[in-house]
Formats: sequence, C-alpha cells, structure tokens
Amino acid sequence: MRTILYILQKEFIQIFRNKTMLPMIFMVPLIQMLILVFAATYDLKNVDIFLVDKNLSETSRELVSHFEGSPFFNIYDASFDLAKAENSLKSDDADLIMLIPENFESDLIRDDEVGLQLLVNAIDGNKAQLIFSYVQGILSSYNKKVIAEWKGLAEFNPPLQIKAKISYWFNSELDYKWYMAPGILAILVTIIGMFLCGMNLVREKEIGTIEQLNVTPIQKYQFIVGKLIPFLVIALFDLAFGLLLAKIAFNLPIAGSLALLFGFGTLYLVGVLGLGLFISTVADTQQQVMFVSFFFMMIFILMGGIFTPVDSMPDWAQTLDRVNPIYYFMKIMRNVVMKGSGFTDLIEEFVSLIVIGLVFLSLSIWRYRKTS
Amino acid sequence: MKDELLKTETVTETNNKVIQVKNLVKKFGSFVANKSLTFDVYRGEIFGFLGANGAGKTTAMRILCGLSSPTSGEITVGGYDIYKETEKIKKNIGYMSQKFSLYEDMTVSENIRFYGGIYGLSISKRKEREAEMLAKLKMDEVKNKLISSLPLGWKQKLAFSVAMLHDPQIVFLDEPTGGVDPVTRRQFWDLIYEAAANGKTIFVTTHYMDEAEYCDRVTIMVDGRIDALDTPDKLKKQFNAQNMDEVFLKLARGVS
Repeated sequence: MRTILYILQKEFIQIFRNKTMLPMIFMVPLIQMLILVFAATYDLKNVDIFLVDKNLSETSRELVSHFEGSPFFNIYDASFDLAKAENSLKSDDADLIMLIPENFESDLIRDDEVGLQLLVNAIDGNKAQLIFSYVQGILSSYNKKVIAEWKGLAEFNPPLQIKAKISYWFNSELDYKWYMAPGILAILVTIIGMFLCGMNLVREKEIGTIEQLNVTPIQKYQFIVGKLIPFLVIALFDLAFGLLLAKIAFNLPIAGSLALLFGFGTLYLVGVLGLGLFISTVADTQQQVMFVSFFFMMIFILMGGIFTPVDSMPDWAQTLDRVNPIYYFMKIMRNVVMKGSGFTDLIEEFVSLIVIGLVFLSLSIWRYRKTS
Repeated sequence: MKDELLKTETVTETNNKVIQVKNLVKKFGSFVANKSLTFDVYRGEIFGFLGANGAGKTTAMRILCGLSSPTSGEITVGGYDIYKETEKIKKNIGYMSQKFSLYEDMTVSENIRFYGGIYGLSISKRKEREAEMLAKLKMDEVKNKLISSLPLGWKQKLAFSVAMLHDPQIVFLDEPTGGVDPVTRRQFWDLIYEAAANGKTIFVTTHYMDEAEYCDRVTIMVDGRIDALDTPDKLKKQFNAQNMDEVFLKLARGVS
C-alpha cells in the first residue's frame, strides 16, 4: 500500500508538471462537448428540394407552398428539365427531387388520386428515411386539407382509423442535445482516460526508466494500480466537468443519482484503463499504443450505440456488444441521466462491467513483465 | 589461471562468492549473445566486465539483475537463485542502466523520495540517507532543482548514489561513465572505490580500457565468450602488454 502511495505521488507530480496535461484535462472536454453535441444532431433542417413542377397549377403550387412553409425544407431550385434536376442530385446540391406530373391537378380531380415522384439522395440512409417521413407528414396534412376543401367537411367521412397520440417520455421535446451529451461525454472520458494512461506507461519504456523500476522489488499489481489510479481520477474529474458543462450549456436535466453515475463511471473506467494499460504492456512505443488503442476505440464507439441504436444491429453484432464496455456505459449514462434509472434497473450492466474490468485489469497485470 | 587465483585467496573469500555463474547461455532466436559463461564474483571486489560493443556484456548483466531471463545456466546472485528468488535478489542489488534512469521532470529530492519509498525505506532512514548522500556529492544546493537542469556528470553520480540508496550488497553499473568528461569520470571512480571499501560488490561494464585498470579483476568478453579473466596485472603479464588496451587489442585480433 505504501509503495502504491509513492507511485501515486510521483505520477501526480509528473502529470501536473507536464505542460500539455492540464490543457488536455480542461480544454478537451470543453471543446468537444460544446462543438460535438451541437454538431451531432439528428434534427433535420434545410433539406434542399429541386422542384420539377410540370403541372404549374393552383393545386401544385399550393402543395409546394406547404413544403416552403415547413422549417425543414427549402426549395433550392426549380426547372422543367429533369436532367438538370438529376445533375443537382448528383452534385450533392439538392437532397431531393420532387417531380409533379403534368396532369397532377386534372388527375386529382378526376380520379381522387394522383402520383407524385420523389427522388431522394440516399447516400446517408438515415437522412433519406427521415426526409421521407417528413415528406409523408407534410403530404398527409395537405391531403386532409384537400379533402376538406373539395369534398366539404360534412361530406367527409373518414374510414375508421386508429390515431396514435405520441408523447415522448424522458425527453419530451426530443432535444437531441440531451440525448447526445451523455453519449459524447461517455466517449470523451474513455478517450482521455485510456489514451493518457496507456501513453504514460509506454513512455517509461521509451525513456528507459521502467528498467530502473523493474530492478526494484516493486510488485506487478502495485505498479499497474499506481499507473491506473491517477488517470481514473482525471477521467472522473472530466466526467464531472462535462456534466457541469452540459448542465450549463444545454440545461441537461440529470434525473438519476450522481453517486450512482460516478460509481458506474469508476467501474467502467477501471475496465477501459485496464485495456489501455494492457495495450501498453504489449507495445514498445507511444505510436504503437496510439494505433492499437485507436483500433479498439473505433470499434467500441461505433458499436456502442451512440449514433445508431444497438437494438437495430444484427444479432451477431449485439452478441459482440456484450464485451463492449462502451455499450454498457453509454446505456448507463443515458438511462441514469435522462430516465433516472436506479441500481436495480442496471444489475446486468453492473455485473458485466465488473467482469470486463476484472478481465482487462488482470490481463494488464499478467502481461506486465519485470523480466523480459 | 583461475585455479591459481583461487589458491592465493583465503578460504573465507572463496566462500564469499556473491555471484556464481555456471554455463550461462542466452539466445535471441538463432543469435547466441552469451556462449556458456562461467565466472564467480567475490564480496567487496570491483569486477570489471569489458568488451567491444555487442560482445554481450549488457546482456549478461541484465540477466544477473533479473531484467532478462537466461536460456540456460546455473546462476545465483547474493546467494539467491535467479530463477526462483528473483524478488529477493532485487532487494539486494542496485542497478544503474546505460540509459539514464532518474526522472528528468522531478527534482533531486523527489527522485530520492520516490526510490526510497519503492525500496521500503522508512521516512527517517530516507532523510538520513538523502542528507548523507547530498553532502558527499556536494549537491545540497540543487536538491530542489529538476534533474533535467543538471549537467550529465552530476546526473550520473546521482544515479549511482540513488542505486545505492537501499544499501544493496551488489551494485551493477552498465557503462556508467559513457559520455562523461575525464574529471567527472575520476570522481565517479572515487565513489566506486568508496562503495567497495564499504563492503559493496561492484559489477561494472565498460569499454574504456583505462577504467579496466581500476578494477580488482577483469573479464574480457569477445563475441559472446569470456576470453580472459584475471587481475589487470596478471593479464598484462600473460599477454605481454604495457596496458589493458594492448591486452584487449591482442585478444580481439586473435579472434578476427
């Protein structure tokens, strides 16, 4: 225990004397939280429509004005030339081509039904789907209006239908910032903790001081724990700092217990820092640590469910996520912060994080060699 | 040659083998860095390990310190078996590596506090040792300065003293005077003599042949083998040489 305290004392002296460390600890969360949370939004705005209105009737103009009136769409350009419209889709200037056929109005009057062609740029599949559902919303409200106006309210007897009334729980205004902030914060503390921790250990290899430690009677677990704790403290500090920022900047409501959040945070960080240390016991240079950590980080983050819901991933991917610490922590962060989940709701996550933490920490202690 | 030497020594000295190495072999893949080394080191002697770069000196020293494991051979250091009692060995040895190994971004005092703490010295003991050491090195004024601000010679002397902080039986020095000016080198050797006079065993590698003259006994390694092992005087006689430089050149030439 005494030995660990001496290692901690040394690490903190070195951390606070390192000129790049303090800016890292404060500026990285500040900048990432403020920029990424605003940028990583699913809110769809400014969808550019290229209009090909071959009908130019009152009805078609009214339909177009419905789109113009929506905050989500704007008419980027209009032409009769479909080829020109296609080119603007190809050059990425328009997101959507709306083709109103020549006989739009007359068909509608005669048949009570008419087609409208939409060509959506689906390079970003998510966005395309969103555009489609927004368009549907506008069309259905336009439909109702047409029916009401043309057929008269009294005459209009809609077929029996189920009307869904939606209320969004845990984020009633569907504020994406509230959804993204805990997720981005989870990633942020992971990157800061894992990278700094791994780099620190391998740096001792690079400058050769590790040899001097290896000829001392220091025990492997003491060394690893002494290397882990300082960065655990830093990462937890950044978690607190990030939550405070989110509270101030986005008015993020924190529904659950902070003690629970930090308890889980500690458990989670022991796991990822353990992985960082494990990587650096295998690697010889900071560069190698960077690359290998980056590899794991990419997989963990993209499979962790920050941008895409884990539930819609293929089964094998969901199974794989069982060993992904970010997946659990992302879930914990969001559930505790937004929903106010308690410990009993998160037993599975608790057990999983304990297992992951123990495995990574043991691996790093096992792999650290005093004798090569 | 070696038998002759043993005869001249007293019985207590022969029982005082502080390092015993028998048929030490170290292979890195197909490359054999140490080809069956056999030698003993006695308590309180300055044992020089000489050889050209790549002769296998550092490899052998790292094995004795427990930093590297031998491929085969029977080795004890300080009476402890190198395979089974590595951690006990570590309490009894000090090591100063070729790469400078104090923390550059910490002060002299902080380095001493850290290593003292790691070796389990009590706070009072550590402070006592620190005061003693800084007085001897005349470095009391710089104790709150960062290591990075000190000249190389000072750093080396400090590193040596820190390696002896916990009062080890044996001190391993791997080319301790590399890149240091002649005056500081002389001062460094004074420190080594003093430690040996206090009963410490000094195991030192070097490729400065003049330093070989300062050793009690010298081993010359060529190409992974021990080609000669004796006192500097006897070696000079044996090879009919004026100084150790000539001894070394004759040995090295004999190989190529």
